[in-house]
Amino acid sequence: MDSRFDVELVSVSKRYGSTLAVDAISLRIPAASYCCLLGPSGCGKTTTLRMIAGHEAISSGDILIRGENVSDLAPIRRGTAMMFQSYALFPHLTCLDNVAFSLKMRGVGKAERHAKALEFLALVQMADFAQRLPAQLSGGQQQRVALARALIMRPKVLLLDEPLSALDPFLRIKVREELKRLQRELGITFIHVTHSQDEAMAMADMMVVMQDGHIRQAGSPREVFERPVSPFIARFIGSHNVLNGPDGLIAVRADRCRLGPAGDGPFVTGRVTAVEYQGAMVRVAMATDPGSEASALVPDREFYADPVAPGDPATLTWAEHDAHALMDA
Amino acid sequence: MMVGGPSRAGAVSEKRPWTFYALGTLFVAYMAFLYGPMIVIYVLSFQGENGGVTFPMVGTSLTWFADIVKPGQMANIPVSFSRSVALASVVSLLTVVFSVAAGLGFRRRFPGSGVVFYLAVASLVMPSLLVGFGIGMGFQFLGLDTGLFTSALGAQLTWTLPFGMFAMFAVVNRFNRAWEEAAADLGASAFQRLRYITLPILLPGILGVAMGAFTLSYDEYARTTLTIGQNNTLPLEIYALISSATSPTLFAIGTLTTGGSFLVIAITLILVMRMQRRRNAAILKAG
Repeated sequence: MDSRFDVELVSVSKRYGSTLAVDAISLRIPAASYCCLLGPSGCGKTTTLRMIAGHEAISSGDILIRGENVSDLAPIRRGTAMMFQSYALFPHLTCLDNVAFSLKMRGVGKAERHAKALEFLALVQMADFAQRLPAQLSGGQQQRVALARALIMRPKVLLLDEPLSALDPFLRIKVREELKRLQRELGITFIHVTHSQDEAMAMADMMVVMQDGHIRQAGSPREVFERPVSPFIARFIGSHNVLNGPDGLIAVRADRCRLGPAGDGPFVTGRVTAVEYQGAMVRVAMATDPGSEASALVPDREFYADPVAPGDPATLTWAEHDAHALMDA
Repeated sequence: MMVGGPSRAGAVSEKRPWTFYALGTLFVAYMAFLYGPMIVIYVLSFQGENGGVTFPMVGTSLTWFADIVKPGQMANIPVSFSRSVALASVVSLLTVVFSVAAGLGFRRRFPGSGVVFYLAVASLVMPSLLVGFGIGMGFQFLGLDTGLFTSALGAQLTWTLPFGMFAMFAVVNRFNRAWEEAAADLGASAFQRLRYITLPILLPGILGVAMGAFTLSYDEYARTTLTIGQNNTLPLEIYALISSATSPTLFAIGTLTTGGSFLVIAITLILVMRMQRRRNAAILKAG
């Protein structure tokens, strides 16, 4: 039994009729890590999560959890717990009964399961709301109750399907800190599906970018951001320019690009199409003369020393060592 | 303050357009048409002892209500009433069982589901007298006796089941499948999911279907008349009375049955409100 990995996917596929939703993906998620499955909608990330949970049958391949093949086991036998998108709290049960539900199914007595449920509600600071119905809670509060309901199962792996998408942007940032802290404290693996690269970069130890049922790149957020392997990855994680280099396509981070006279280094000319003030930085979008789009993230002080406006001609420059080649895809 | 402002012509007026009054009048006329005759019947059921079936009222009395339970011409009313209630209860129960099962089953499209669906609801558009006639003939052909809980029950189900199914489809449509998945994730077996999640969440809709089926059965006439056999239900009994004799007693029966219906509705509402209050009380206690 190999306990270095909490979850292993071995050539896992999912077919719906003649369409391949997930195409023979393999992945090893190290013990106690925060893993984000990231990709545009329809990329197969939610299907992958649901196959790990056991809510979707696997067409071929195997799923291992802490070394045990769980491919044919019912959800409850896998050691996973899932937090559903929009939480799926039972509307007719109080928060306490929602959290105690799994214990009730196992035949735990009322007093014992309520005590235990209260303990887990306290873990997510929701003990005061134990007798409320889900409809009387805010989105953030519902999310905490759903978290408590999943954690009371003491899962080896917690699966989260777009857990932050129902929250407003301010709350989202707060909740993602809490999720990350909880994951560290519990020391279990969280697998978090999202379509937001910000979220994945902020939270993940391991970031898995998917497209069309394939894993396109997996690694730490820093590895992925510093070295996107393909134009798709570079564009999807954002803040990158995909440009024509001498030997094919290259990627350059927008914050490593500058506007100004061409020097000895590489450059591309074009016309400014938009200027966005972002506080610390100013984003200057350009249409390049070769006919693509590019942008530069310039520190505000530098920008206002020599400002440009939409319509102005401009030259985008970068250092040779900041560019790296992309494989064609 | 507006000084030399633009003309207000064409601006939004505070006055209601004439169409509001035209449609309002139409609506009032419709309500009068809908409730007027019933109100007339309720009023006339309190007709004085020497009065007839039309206005004017000759004093007021409860004579006609007393007539219902007197032995004589009206002797069959109480017993046919209890038959109607018994039949409607069985119809309501069977309709709930089948339409809940169908509602849950039809959440997933299966080969032929469209055909099955249309076959099931087609009886809604079949002429009701013919359905009853066919069932009566069928029983006769097979040498079976028509009766309350055989042919009449079946005939009424051809009417209440499609209705119940339509209602359940609407209820089940609002049911989030993630609830069942979450329950499975938390270790609930198929039976536990049904018992603790699906049925409790669908309960208000199920009660609605039960009430609807009861009402449809309780005043069903056309399908029942040719399949009932020896013993009449209340609507059949009343119809027989109307064709044989007319007296304000018929109005009194109408007033009583309407009162009964309102009583049932009131009891249901009180039950629902008490459920609601208990939940609110739980919240207050926690707050």
